[in-house]
This record gives sequence, C-alpha cells and structure tokens, in this order.
Amino acid sequence: MAVRGLLGKEEALRIVGRVLESSPGDMTEVLLSGGVSYLTRFSDNYIHQNVADSGHSLRVKVIFGKKIGTASTNSLDEDAVKEAIETAARVAELQKPNEEFEGIPGPEPIPEVNTFFESTFEFSPVDRARGVKIITDAAQAKGFKAAGAFQTGASEICIANSLGVRAYHRSTSAHLRTVVMSDTGSGYADALATDVREIDPAEVARIAVEKCEAAQNPEVVPPGEYEVILEPRAVADMLGYLVRGGFSASAVREGRSFLSGKVGEKLFAEQFSLWDDGLDPRGFPMPFDLEGVPKQKVVLVEKGVVKDLLYDFKTAKKEGRKPTGHGGFGGWGPMASNLFMAPGDATVEDMIKNTKRGILITRFHYTNMAHPMRVLVTGMTRDGTFLVEDGRITKPVKNLRFTESALRVFGTMDMVGKDLHRAGRSVVPAIHVPAFNFTGVTEF
Amino acid sequence: MRGLTSKALDVAKKLGASYADIRIVDRKQETVRTRNGNVESLGSSRSRGFGVRVLYDGAWGFSSSARVTEEEVRRVAEEAVAIAKASATVKRDKDVTLAPVEPVTAKWESKCKVDPFSVKTEDKIALLLEADRLMRQNKGVRVASGNFMALREDKIFASTEGSYIEQTKIETGAGIEATAADKGELQRRSYPNSAGGDYASRGWEFVESMNILDHAERVADEAVQLLTAKQCPETVTDLILDSSQLTLQIHESCGHPIELDRVFGQEASYAGTSFLTTEKKGTFQYGSPNVTIVADATLEGGLGSFGFDDEGVPAQRTTIVDKGIFMNYLSSRDTAAELGETSTGAARADGWNRIPIVRMTNINLEPGDWTLDEIIKDTKEGILMETNKSWSIDDKRLNFQFGVEVAYEIKDGSIGAMLKNANYTGITYEFWRSCDAVANKDEWRLWGLPNCGKGEPGQVAHVGHGAAPARFRGVKVGVGKWQ
Repeated sequence: MAVRGLLGKEEALRIVGRVLESSPGDMTEVLLSGGVSYLTRFSDNYIHQNVADSGHSLRVKVIFGKKIGTASTNSLDEDAVKEAIETAARVAELQKPNEEFEGIPGPEPIPEVNTFFESTFEFSPVDRARGVKIITDAAQAKGFKAAGAFQTGASEICIANSLGVRAYHRSTSAHLRTVVMSDTGSGYADALATDVREIDPAEVARIAVEKCEAAQNPEVVPPGEYEVILEPRAVADMLGYLVRGGFSASAVREGRSFLSGKVGEKLFAEQFSLWDDGLDPRGFPMPFDLEGVPKQKVVLVEKGVVKDLLYDFKTAKKEGRKPTGHGGFGGWGPMASNLFMAPGDATVEDMIKNTKRGILITRFHYTNMAHPMRVLVTGMTRDGTFLVEDGRITKPVKNLRFTESALRVFGTMDMVGKDLHRAGRSVVPAIHVPAFNFTGVTEF
Repeated sequence: MRGLTSKALDVAKKLGASYADIRIVDRKQETVRTRNGNVESLGSSRSRGFGVRVLYDGAWGFSSSARVTEEEVRRVAEEAVAIAKASATVKRDKDVTLAPVEPVTAKWESKCKVDPFSVKTEDKIALLLEADRLMRQNKGVRVASGNFMALREDKIFASTEGSYIEQTKIETGAGIEATAADKGELQRRSYPNSAGGDYASRGWEFVESMNILDHAERVADEAVQLLTAKQCPETVTDLILDSSQLTLQIHESCGHPIELDRVFGQEASYAGTSFLTTEKKGTFQYGSPNVTIVADATLEGGLGSFGFDDEGVPAQRTTIVDKGIFMNYLSSRDTAAELGETSTGAARADGWNRIPIVRMTNINLEPGDWTLDEIIKDTKEGILMETNKSWSIDDKRLNFQFGVEVAYEIKDGSIGAMLKNANYTGITYEFWRSCDAVANKDEWRLWGLPNCGKGEPGQVAHVGHGAAPARFRGVKVGVGKWQ
C-alpha cells in the first residue's frame, strides 16, 4: 500500500515493469529508490536547522551483449523515464564490449523482513522538537550546551531485471545523536532504531550529560602505547576499515586485500567472530543487495579464523560460486552492510577494573586509512576520553591521535563486552585491547 | 518559473513567514569511468527539484520536492512553515536575524569554451582507455583507472526581499590512477590529482589542457617504483609540499575552521567546531608573515566560483589571513548577523533538497617570491611531499595528520631517493607559523576539489584551492609503526 512520500510495492513494480518493457536492451536492470527524510538539527540549545526532503531516483542499465550503458533521473514522469531509457541505450551503443561482464542475476526468493514502522513514519516535526527539548533542557540544567540531530525517515527500494528479478523493500529509520559540551569538555551519546519508540531522548541526554560532566578540564597524557577500552562506536569505526577492502572477494582476487592468500588462516583473536546478516532485526535489515540478490548470512571470521568473503554476482561467477548478496556497488566491489560482532561476557566496568594504565574512548573522529594492506588507520579521539589507572577512571584527558592497525586491534583484543549496540549499520560490543599506539595529542 | 517562485513566496508570507526563499535547481551530469581496459561505467544523470526555506517566529524551516508543479510548490511551502513553527518551540532568547543584502535581479553564467556535453562520448572513452593502456604497459600495475565528469547546473533563486537570480554553471574534471601491489605492499599514483583528478568550472578545454596521455606512463612507473622505495623515516625535518598537497592542507586546516557556523557550534555533533573563536579575529597569529590566504569566489574557472551564493549574496574576495594574522570568516547571512557584519557570501547548498550552509569558495594561499627550485636548493635536509593520499584532523581543526602518494629526500639542496608511505603531522597554527618560503605566481595553480562533505543531512560541495609549493620548518614526519 502506498503511503505519503512512498510509492508502495505495487506502484514501484509497475514503474520498473514499464521500464523493462520499453527497454531495447538484450538485458536491462532497473533500480528505483527514494522516500522521505526529516532532520531536526540543534546547537547552542536551540533548533537551528529543520529540513524535509522527498523524492525518488530511477537508474536504468541497458545492456547490448557485453556493452552497458547507465542513465538515471529523479523524475518518474513518463517522458523523463523514456529519456533515461533512451540515454542508457545510446551510451551502451557507444561502448566497446566489457570483457569482464558476467551477466546479471536471475530471480531467487526474497525473504520477508519487516523494518517499516508507522510510529517512525508518522513522527512529526513537533515530536522531534519535543525529543530535542528533553536534551537541551538536560544540558541547560547543568550549564552545558547541546548540539545534535534527530532524524526520521522512510525509504523504499525496488530492483528488477529482464531475467525476472523483482525485489521490493521498505523501511523506516530514526537516529538521535547529541554532543553536550562546555568550553572545557564534551560528551556524546546516540540511539538508532527502525522503530522510533525504541529511542529514549531522556536516556540519550543522561549519558551525554554525564560524559560531559566527567570530561571537564582534561589533562594531557603523552602519546605512546596504552591499553584501550573502545566503546561500541569506536569499535564499529575500526571494524569498517577492516572489512571494507579486506573481505571483498574482488579485492582479494586483485591482490589489493590483506587477506589475499590468507583465507582459512587464524589472523585474529580467539574472541573475535564476525558475520554479515541482512535479516537480523537487531541491525538494520535489508533482504537483498543492489543487484536484487537475496542476502546470505556470511560468517567472515569465527574464533579468529578467516572463514569466508563477500561476493557480488560478477566475482561469484568468476569463482563458480553463489553470490552472497553484497553486490551492486560498481567499482567498489562487494561491500558489507549488516555487520555483527560476537559478544563476550564482560561489562565496560569489568574492562576498567582489569586495566592497569589505559585510555577509555567514547568515539573516534575523522579516521582515515593510512595504508590499506596493513589496515593502518589514523584518527582522533572525541567527546569523552578518559585515563584509567589501576582499575578505575582517574581523569579526563585531552584528545589523542592514534595511528594503529585494525589487524592488531582485532588480533589482540582480550576482553569483549556482553552487550551489543547499534553503531552506524553495525552491531558491536565494547572491547579491551592490551596495546594501542597513540601518536599525537591535541589542545582540548 | 516566476509564477512558481512567486507562488511559493506568497504562500509562505500568507502563513506568517517573515522571510522566505525558493531555489529551483536542475542538474545534469555525465560520468565515464574506465578500469583495466574496460569502460566500467558510463552514466548520465539528471536531478531537478526545488527547496523552500522560511523564517517563522525567528526560526528556520525548510522543505523540498522533486515535483516542480504549482500544487507541490504550495504543499512544500506550507510544510516549510509548519516545520519552522516546530523549530520555534526550541528557541534561544533571540530570533534568527539576517544580515542585509541588496535585492537584485541578475543572470550569471560560468565561462566555457567547449561545452563538455557537446564532445562525443567516444572521444572521452578513447582518451581514458588510451591512458589505461599506457599505464598497463607496466606489468606491475594491478589496477589502472580513469575518470571523467561533466556537470551543468541551472539554478533560480527568488526571495521575499525581491531578489530573482538565474545562474548556470558548467564543471569539467578528469584524472587517472595506477595501483601497484606486491608482497603485502600496495601503492598508488595519480594524475593530475588524487580523488578522481582535477576539476574546474570550465569546459572540455580544461581536460585537453591536462595532457593526460603525457603522464600515464610516469604515473604507472612511479606506482611500481614505490613498492620497493625506502620507507619515509620517522623524524623532524624541513618539509616542502607541492601545490596539490598544499590544497588539502589549506582545505582542512584553514578552509574548515574559518566557517562561521562551525565557530558557533552549529556543526558540533558532526564535523566539529573551530579553534578560530571570535575573539581571535583580527589579532591571532595564524601563520608566519609569508602566509596570506584569501577566499575568492570571483576567480574565473574556480570550482568555488559563482555570481551569487545560495542566499543571493554577490560573490566576494575576502582576506582570511593577512601576512599571518587571522582576519575574517566565511559566513552566511544569519551567522554574519551574529557578529553584526554582512555576509562574506559563502552560503551554498548541494542541490535542490539541501539548505545553504557555510561552505568554502576558492580558498587560496597567495604566491610568494621563490621558485620551487630555489626552495629545494635552499634546503640542507628535508623531504618533498606530493599528492594527497590520506587526511585526518581533529574536530577543532588543530591536530592534523596527512599522508601523501610520494615523497623524496632532499639533501644539500638536491632531490634524492624516493620515499613511500610518507606522512606528516602537526598543530595547525604551529605548522603555518613555520612556513618560511612560498613559491611565486608562475608556480601557483588553482585546483578543484569536488568532494567536500559537511552537514546533516550530508552535503557535498565543490570547492577550489590555489597554491604554489611552500616550505615548512621542523615538521614531524613518518608517523606510525612501519617496520
């Protein structure tokens, strides 16, 4: 059924069906996506931006033999769609055959998973403002300033091709995040959900305000090797670098991955197990990839041993196996989108008690890959960085720069949190790492 | 379109908005990507829509839609007012106010000799595939890739203050990259710049001026040489940056911290704030006397050039750092008003469905009076670094660490061995204060960066940076454990 701002399954399938019928290609692939998105942004304890966005995008891929052309439009009017088909066909004709082309996937049953909640879809600007006010009031009560955003939205995606693939999915999402700050320290908290009713602004406010209070007047600790406790957002950040290039089957084939020639080896800590699962409702489920292939649960690492890789249709075909449902990203190759790390049995408090001299990190800022084969990442800590000495937090510290390998982090981690948290699109615990390389310090 | 723009503004006014504007934007883009002898993607896209921004009871609201019809314009204007009313429930003790701007009716077009959309797609493919072939003659190259992009944006801005501005901009860009990998090492070289190449608000003539084919074999050879090059040592030394790496240095350590919305905390939860707080304006020693930086949206051909920003403020040239002293911010009408100033004309939006926020225009380091050759000859011991590879900076823009594709030892005034995995780190103002030589205007070049991310929901800005090579004394290089 269509709801405001969304086409609904029937209409989406009608539109993509029309494209497939009109296409002159030997094969054709259509991707229709869009929806509505609302975002209320606040800073200095007031709403300074408040926006709404709605629309769709239609991408047509027309294929003659091994010649491929793509065109897209954000108008679903008949004329605009016709023009997109004609443009895609024209550019395909101009091509020389792409010898790497392995065809397009055929249809397979798509599992149903509900990620659409009316509660999120109907959440109004006034509802978002109420949530924001809970945070700004909590910050103001302590003499702090809150900044952040409350985003809600609904989206739909429909993928179809001339071999019979017809995949449709719709979902809602909500994300409330805040940095509560003074001139002498800041604290971060956030909450993500498909159902906005799971988000408790008061709890987000409480954590951010407490972090901010604890983070006041940080002192300098010198860079060097420290034990670290990484809270889930920091874990997810490092994990992204490990998986992005590393576990892509095409990167492994091309020798661009640290896993080239190493699948099956024990490269990580015994407590490190990692998988991608597009159907687990603890994350943000999405039952198929951008090629319309149903997502498989792929165990990437089990007890430290590399078990499998992520495959798109092309790479799977080359290796004579089934795609895992992680394709459609073009030159980027196969990508993970629903990562889960196995929980352990520790709490963050346990990790603090077991730390002789270390740093507790709330989240990282502006991380970047310094060397892909070593998975060497650099970045800063942010919004709640604390020194832990002899089993307790002793003081906030000024933010540090790290230059460290994700291979070493997940290869040596020795304590894993028992609670899993949504952090971006990943679901991860906190971890303790015995040695982590800090290479610089900033002034706040 | 005047009927539609008037409709939006009338609806907003009737509903009580004290100010409203509407932007109707139509973007057409063409991309070609080649990879290892194949055309990996050949695409054409079009995006058209409008956004209405209103001030109601001193608070902002914005809504947008892809359906450019009278009925939808009415609905969107109504929604923008309803959203602004919700904003007004969480206000400060003062209303949003706008710095004054003279209403204007105007047309502006970027200069373009050869419309890139008029050039045959076959010619674009042929150029990139020939570069690809030349790069892959070197058997050490694992991935050769090429990139071409052309963009045309037609934009109408109208406001309740009486402005009606039509602008058309064409952008063109291209670049190539070779990736070599062997025995656990992976290295890349690109031309003319990383991140897809170089971009300008010019036509196909800009691509032709790059002479891409003349550089393809060199790029491939250097990528392969880097695999076995010496590791950049961990030390403190004199650092010479080429013009392209300096653009990234300017972008991250000057361009972002001078955005006035960051200074006021409006980006605090995402991109961060700024160390350049308002009491530093006019007095803070940002760099050495060799450092003069300007924001110039009036430069012909710049990716950050325009006639008017997305609030209808005319393009300006503003001195940001004058002989080392921090002088001015990039601002929008509402952020400038907080300082009692007029806008420096830097409110820019990424298409029809985003609001204008403070963005860079062309942020340029003014040339000095050296040549690169003279700087090298004058350096007893140091490192020359070229072309950005990785970037990271803290959320107030103080502690940075940047990696480059390639570096060279400098010994006794001469270029020596090639170095791999080179990076450098520092604190922004300490680094700029250590600048003791900037090359002259003959070596100054304007670069285009099409990928500057900021804001929630995310916006990507196309910005420009001009620089000539420069030297910095006593910089920490070779950070990290590499052995």
